Amino acid sequence: MPLYWLILIVLAMAAVGYVMGRSRALASAGGNPRGLHSLPAYYGYNVALTVLTPAFGLLIVWLIAQPLLIDRMVSAQIPDSSISDGSNRSLVMSDVRRVAEGLGILVSEGGVSEEEVADMRTDFTDLRERLGEVGVALGSNVQPFVLAAAQDYRGMARTGTVLMWGMILLVALVGFAVSMMKTKADFRARNTVEQGVTILLIGAATVAIMTTIGILFSLIFNTIEFFRIYPFADFFFGLTWNPSFSGRGGSSELGIVPLLWGTFYISLVALIVAVPIGLFAAIYLSEYASPKVRAFTKPMLEILAGIPTIVYGLFALLTVGPILVSVFGKDTVGWMSGGTAVMTAGLVMGIMLIPFVSSLSDDIINAVPQAMRDGSYGLGATQSETIRQVVLPAALPGIVGAILLAASRAIGETMIVVLGAGAAARLSLNPFEAMTTVTAKIVSQLTGDSDFASPEALVAFALGTTLFVITLGLNVLALYIVRKYREQYE
Amino acid sequence: MTDATQDMPDASRRHASLVAVDARTERRNRAEKRFQYYGIAAIVAGILFLVMLVVAILSNGLPAFQRSVVSIDFTLTQEQFDEAESATLKTRVYTDFFIESLTARLNENGIDAEFDGKRVERILGKVGGTLRKHYRANPQDIGQPTRFDLPASSRIDRYLKGTFDRSGIGEGNRFIMPGDLDFADALKVAGVLTQSFDWNFITGVDTGVDNAGGAGIGASVLGSFMMMIVVLVLSLPIGVAASIYLEEFAPKNRFTDLIEVNISNLAAVPSIVFGILGLAVFIQFMGLPQSAPLVGGLVLTLMTLPTIIISTRASLKAVPPSIREAALGIGASKMQAVFHHVLPLAMPGILTGTIIGLAQALGETAPLLLIGMVGFVARYPDTFLGGFEGPNSAMPAQIYNWASRSDVVFTEKAWGGIIVLLIFLLSMNILAIILRRRFERRW
Repeated sequence: MPLYWLILIVLAMAAVGYVMGRSRALASAGGNPRGLHSLPAYYGYNVALTVLTPAFGLLIVWLIAQPLLIDRMVSAQIPDSSISDGSNRSLVMSDVRRVAEGLGILVSEGGVSEEEVADMRTDFTDLRERLGEVGVALGSNVQPFVLAAAQDYRGMARTGTVLMWGMILLVALVGFAVSMMKTKADFRARNTVEQGVTILLIGAATVAIMTTIGILFSLIFNTIEFFRIYPFADFFFGLTWNPSFSGRGGSSELGIVPLLWGTFYISLVALIVAVPIGLFAAIYLSEYASPKVRAFTKPMLEILAGIPTIVYGLFALLTVGPILVSVFGKDTVGWMSGGTAVMTAGLVMGIMLIPFVSSLSDDIINAVPQAMRDGSYGLGATQSETIRQVVLPAALPGIVGAILLAASRAIGETMIVVLGAGAAARLSLNPFEAMTTVTAKIVSQLTGDSDFASPEALVAFALGTTLFVITLGLNVLALYIVRKYREQYE
Repeated sequence: MTDATQDMPDASRRHASLVAVDARTERRNRAEKRFQYYGIAAIVAGILFLVMLVVAILSNGLPAFQRSVVSIDFTLTQEQFDEAESATLKTRVYTDFFIESLTARLNENGIDAEFDGKRVERILGKVGGTLRKHYRANPQDIGQPTRFDLPASSRIDRYLKGTFDRSGIGEGNRFIMPGDLDFADALKVAGVLTQSFDWNFITGVDTGVDNAGGAGIGASVLGSFMMMIVVLVLSLPIGVAASIYLEEFAPKNRFTDLIEVNISNLAAVPSIVFGILGLAVFIQFMGLPQSAPLVGGLVLTLMTLPTIIISTRASLKAVPPSIREAALGIGASKMQAVFHHVLPLAMPGILTGTIIGLAQALGETAPLLLIGMVGFVARYPDTFLGGFEGPNSAMPAQIYNWASRSDVVFTEKAWGGIIVLLIFLLSMNILAIILRRRFERRW
């Protein structure tokens, strides 16, 4: 029975509760709504909410907690002696889960009954072959203790699910009964419902906090795990990035310096493209352009901001890269050997950032009071002199903030560098060479079938933490500067 | 530059003519013009980049929507069928029949071309197999003229599109020979080889390298659609509820400040970090399946929420306080005033913000790579609901996947995929603009 049914049943109970609560309230007032404390619908809402909220709350908690609990219990059953060398508990547990999943498929598709599955022994059944038939490929033959653990796992999961159905239906029923009992003419239904809704609203607002906690939790725990197996200093001050591909060898060199260098170099190129173009475009649009030109040009530039980054990535890889090679490649000056380079990624990222810089600067320039311009004109300055000597200095903190925000965007950008910058980590000054960035390496270390316990995979979390700290720092700084500046004129 | 403030009028300038422009004024006027030109140049550069991008997308991507097909009316008699089925190399006999029929068709058009089974295979793939499969499945077609649309191989396809020519054929190339291209030209003159709209690209699924031309984006469009359902179902209610609380009910205290700071910071967190969150929390910790649209939707929901909350709060703020006061004045509770009056009036703005947030989420790639949505998915999910938990791809991830393969045909597909993606984004944005134009109220 899929979970959707449980959700549907609870929803149906809530709907029935609404109708019944409403009519019960009306009946208790002798059919006259004026005899009720609240509008009749509120009595219905009260019943529906009392059915829904605890049941769904419990459902969410249960869905998160059950796999964790079962994992822990099954894992505790596996004796240390059966875990062979070169393996560890989490690897064995992932085998157990796969076998359990395969047994589940055997039952649902392979025409095997639950009893047969429970009686399976590795001596009698070639489980690996049977599971392979239903599409669950295993690396080795199933060991007896793994099968036993998997059978336990399935048993507990089935019991847990049955228990979950029972508990949730019970909670919903209790809610239904309690709220129906309360439904009387003098029950303050509206106040109760409004209190409940306020709690739900607060709950929704805390999702933002939960997300932040989730991010910190996922970054910090894995980062600590990483530093337990890889020295701190080698990561932050290591000048080479050379992860071993075998996975569990200790020969990986995971120094972040070349990645940071690539990140900053590419961002620098991007800002060199985006800041002058974006700033001059903003100045022209806010100070010179007629309303007609502005109405046409501003949306055109903003289209650039709405284009997904994968499009820019492809543009870098397949259009800009080849063009740059034909200009700076072997046939002419020989600076560039391949299409992917700092220049390619930086240029395209710069294009992406133009609207970002221009609309932020545009807002800031517009916020400079007209009186300051008028004063400057009154002294005989031309328009450009006014802009350079009055408007821009006044807007400078805001513009610096905008540039910092753009820089934070550039540092966190992924797809353009994954496709356009190359994969080689190097410390070089030549912008026509391929380099790689923090974000690109996070992607390459975490995609594919890497083992999450190896330093090669865990390093991605340390990279992520570094990235998070840098971008967050830039953002906080930028917002601080922008806010500080805005207060001057308000 | 600094002349306006530093060079105070000296004695000589006081006698300058009012009619004739002196050198210094001229210099200042030139500087003014120059400054304006810089601005214009910046805007022109920006628009030029946009045009370059559009041209690159259209010129590279449009061919992906076309395919080259050999259409031929083919009749197989009962005797031929029996003869072929009794032979040892059955498909070979079918191929021979096909060659006969094609030769006859070419002769009708006064074209005399020599070709053998190998050439047919290079141009059209295993025709014999296709024919045999058709007639074995549809025996009623035996003896009837039946129309076959056989897709041409990717090289012939690219030859007709002009992206492949004879210079690309090396010695001993077993995939294509120069003679094949002459033959393709002959087929084209005879009207047998035509180009048509490739519906398979829209509805099809990803394929391996052996059938690059048959790859389609359909399954990943479905995957993206499922993620968008998850995002919509979760982020709209949560976002609206959070905004209502923050804008209408929240007291000014530490807790509210914390939420506000959180939301503005989350909006600026790089998308890849959300991917790490999804991987660590949803997949590692909660044990949700990898590559599933459900997980993708959850991650994108968390990413879109700040955008939706910010725009929703703006539209709630735009509803004038007089509406709230009037409702409170006739005895509504605060909650009733908000839900019955403020929220409906703010709804167009909220929907516009939501659509724009969804459009952003639709184009997001980086977090999807981390939760494993880049795998090779060569089929549609069996059931719609089951598809949420089963492995699937999404449009941007599929495009990335194609872009990282070395075959040129997949590159073309990637550009074509971008056109499909941009069509979706464009229509969502147009919908948002229409909503705003039609329903937005100015107070």
